[in-house]
Amino acid sequence: MLSFIRKRAVASLISLVGLIVMVFFLSRLTGDPAALFLPVEASAEMKDQFRELHGLNDPLLVQFGRYVGDVLTGDLGESLRKARPALDVVLEAFVWTLWLAIITMTLVTGAAIVVGSLAAFRAGGFFDRLSSIISLLGASVPDFWIAIVAIVVFSVNLGWLPTSGTGSLLHWILPICVLFIRPFGIIVQVVRGSMIGALSSAYVKTARAKGVRSGPIIFVHALRNAMLPVITVIGDQAASLLNGAVIVETIFGFPGVGKLMIDSILQRDFNVVLAAILVTALAIFLMNLLIDLAYALLDPRIRH
Amino acid sequence: MTQQTTDAVLVEEPHFARRMLRMLLADKFALCAAIFLLVILVLAIIGPSWLGDLATKQNLRGRNAAPFDWERGWVWWMGADALGRPLLARIVVASQNTLLVAAGAVALSAVVGTLLGLVAGFSSPRVNQVIMRLADVIMSFPSLLIAVIVLYILGSSILNLVLVLAITRIPVYLRTTRAEVLEIRERMFVQAARVMGASSRRILFRHMLPVVLPTLTTLATLDFAYVMLAESALSFLGIGIQPPEITWGLMISQGRQYLTNAWWLSFWPGLAIILTTLSLNLLSNWLRIALDPVQRWRLEMKGRKNG
Repeated sequence: MLSFIRKRAVASLISLVGLIVMVFFLSRLTGDPAALFLPVEASAEMKDQFRELHGLNDPLLVQFGRYVGDVLTGDLGESLRKARPALDVVLEAFVWTLWLAIITMTLVTGAAIVVGSLAAFRAGGFFDRLSSIISLLGASVPDFWIAIVAIVVFSVNLGWLPTSGTGSLLHWILPICVLFIRPFGIIVQVVRGSMIGALSSAYVKTARAKGVRSGPIIFVHALRNAMLPVITVIGDQAASLLNGAVIVETIFGFPGVGKLMIDSILQRDFNVVLAAILVTALAIFLMNLLIDLAYALLDPRIRH
Repeated sequence: MTQQTTDAVLVEEPHFARRMLRMLLADKFALCAAIFLLVILVLAIIGPSWLGDLATKQNLRGRNAAPFDWERGWVWWMGADALGRPLLARIVVASQNTLLVAAGAVALSAVVGTLLGLVAGFSSPRVNQVIMRLADVIMSFPSLLIAVIVLYILGSSILNLVLVLAITRIPVYLRTTRAEVLEIRERMFVQAARVMGASSRRILFRHMLPVVLPTLTTLATLDFAYVMLAESALSFLGIGIQPPEITWGLMISQGRQYLTNAWWLSFWPGLAIILTTLSLNLLSNWLRIALDPVQRWRLEMKGRKNG
């Protein structure tokens, strides 16, 4: 098990390093880095001074070494707009996104397992059709459009929910509902497929022959064995939830890392953009590790 | 030798195109989807030269004109935007950019991904490892994140948008192709070809690619919808297509500030996106069955019963 975890950790560490290297060289090799970091209206002298100050005239490899050193010591520069360390700004926003993601993924996982299992139990039944309709919607409807329509209907016309911002629990409902749709549509299909396989296996037939009722058969016997592919997909979906978070946070004015990233891009605050990318990449790296651990714990073939 | 025997065997088989058409008629959803996509495609090709002037002509007296006003010309039936430009005409014109970006990204990622996948599946373990690790790097981070940073550094233009979207989708084709190649290359017909002295390139392109192609076609159809949504999202966020160019995603974003008094500004382009992606998803579902020799009978039996 340890060697499996180690192997996976090294593989995802390579990905992480790959991203850092890519971001660095992209930002230094394409055009003028001073122009990237400074506001558009900066003068030529300001740019020269900036280059001198941050060693942008040094050889590329020297710069890269310094950049890696900075990243390892947690020094990601200052936010140009907020005059605070970029890392602090990002971490503050990241907590919001983390909560949003945790709540959404918990709801999605629970709902997808229940609906997917019931859909597999009666193929063609109500839950099967419900799950396939939601899956189709999730793959076809732009999430930002859903968000906008939801605001018009529930906030503007009905006045039930706030349009944007944070403050009360009510503020969380719309963002979570919008984020819910796509991962639910994907995970529920995987649960369904995996459960259909598990339900037709010999041990389920044995259980049924012994007279075990449907409920325990689905949720005790079959589900445990059907969970493996589901766990992998949950991990993938949790990572791509960030795609949705960028959009949902921007629309609902939610102070998470997705909104921060878009705002910093529009305000040309490059240090914050870089810090946000690194922090999210690190979070995804840690989550992949957790997923692998869960996988190893669930599957005895990997444990031994 | 091959020509005559295959002719003799396949004498009962109808032509490929006719067969596909028959199977399309058997699935009503897929038929509607295909017709809708065809209409959109034609509009995307002729739209800008046909309605281009009308779609950019401002008419400040008709700002945010309401939809369903049957007395005016048909281009006004969906209402007008904040500068009094007819929405229907703008949607038709915007379809070109929307489809162009998606088609470019899908074509590029499919070709590059498939080639890399063929190479990865067929060459030495070391090359295989390098290619797969590269795919892992791309796959392990949310595509929007990569697109955001690259577009920020390179600047947003249609070409960059196509490139970025293509890069984030390459691993999908790469992994599928490689997985299939790894399985196919152990099969008898590949070994037979090798024993008969066929070159690696010939085996890859003449023997293996045709087996992988149906899966890839289905995947590409599905991916077209995904890429369209991604482009819309980027344009909506303001880092994709820039005005005065228009796409459906950008139209939704432009209508956002008038949501409370003119919902139709964002609603119609959104509907256009939904109908197109829905059609693509339905068509992809149909393709998966129609191109699979094992499942094809479902459609063929149905067609015969109805016809």
